[in-house]
Amino acid sequence: MTQFKLNAEELEQAFQNRIDDEQKIEPKDWMPEAYRKNLIRQMSQHAHSEVIGMQPEGNWISRAPTLRRKMILLAKVQDEGGHGLYLYSATETLGITREELVEALQNGTAKYASIFNYPSLTWADIGTIGWLVDGAAIVNQISLQRTSYGPYARAMVRICKEESFHQRQGFESLVVLANGSAEQKAMAQDALNRWWWPSLMMFGPHDAESAHSAQSMKWKIKRKSNDELRQAFVDQTIPQIEFLGLKVPDDDLKWNEERGHYDFGAIDWDEFLRVVSGKGMCNKQRVEHHKKVHDDGAWVREAMRAYKVKTLDRNRMKEAS
Amino acid sequence: MNTSVNTPLYEVFVRSKRGLDHKHVGSLHAEDAEQALEYARDCYTRRSEGVSIWVVKSGDITCSQEEDAASFYDPMEDKPYRHATHYVLPENIKNM
Repeated sequence: MTQFKLNAEELEQAFQNRIDDEQKIEPKDWMPEAYRKNLIRQMSQHAHSEVIGMQPEGNWISRAPTLRRKMILLAKVQDEGGHGLYLYSATETLGITREELVEALQNGTAKYASIFNYPSLTWADIGTIGWLVDGAAIVNQISLQRTSYGPYARAMVRICKEESFHQRQGFESLVVLANGSAEQKAMAQDALNRWWWPSLMMFGPHDAESAHSAQSMKWKIKRKSNDELRQAFVDQTIPQIEFLGLKVPDDDLKWNEERGHYDFGAIDWDEFLRVVSGKGMCNKQRVEHHKKVHDDGAWVREAMRAYKVKTLDRNRMKEAS
Repeated sequence: MNTSVNTPLYEVFVRSKRGLDHKHVGSLHAEDAEQALEYARDCYTRRSEGVSIWVVKSGDITCSQEEDAASFYDPMEDKPYRHATHYVLPENIKNM
């Protein structure tokens, strides 16, 4: 057990001083209960997103158009599983078990990125997910490399390093489609039309409406606001869309010389809330599938446990004889 | 009491600064973990080398062997597509 020599108020002050001083918080440090809770919520949501995000892409592994694309997609989905693992492990340093985290995902008390509740209908969706969805995630994750909780920050560094291939492979795949036949180009445009707005929603509600933002910024769990990150994503992505020769599905989008940023149209927050609250196209399917795979794998966990018990028994008998 | 039995070996890991991983710095013998921690403080952090120390019984560490490298790592070598540099970006595309 860790013993602390200060009283509660001094502990809280020392904690905030440490954060203000750009020092990381590490697992055995004293931390306010709300900081711990807030981190568990954000980090587990992040972990769940990595794992649930394997579903829309996994859907296309067996139908990839070439062997090369298939190998790339397989490697990418494998990475997502690994990223889920890094994040679950980092979350567990806050004193919560993997079982509790999985249970919260399956009973709906924990959320995951709502973009994964949209279906991946065509092959162009796979390139678009890598390029736009991972692209948006990277913008967020780059800023989270500086988050105040040490294990989270270190997991982000590792994930960002691995993730840049995800975005590039998606873009490369779209370059092929955008320069292909009229049907292929139309397929790329259709995918962009469906994924553009949900990608912008990935950054969460506007700063003024974001429930956890102010406290998270004070504790430096978040380093940039939702709107700042969203703007950065739009600014870096528009030239890429232009390069592809596709059209952004937003009539209000235009360069604002004065601001030095792109202006863009209003986001449909009703849709966002609808999907977050469970009424998206695939919410039910995603969680059901997770449960099914988890249950189908139960025999493996049981067999491992049984083998362990048997080995222990055998060793005990050997020692006794 | 038989004092000829060796005291257990502990591996020592030091976090040099908040935010960084603990890094292996060496090992030492001690009767138990508490003592190992005190020895580690005296042996490995005499010049403020760290802000946190981990000690782990050497016998509790399971490690791969260099001879296993083939089965562990060879399959990675023909997967260049796992690296971002495998994908050539057009000249004027930045930020990816």
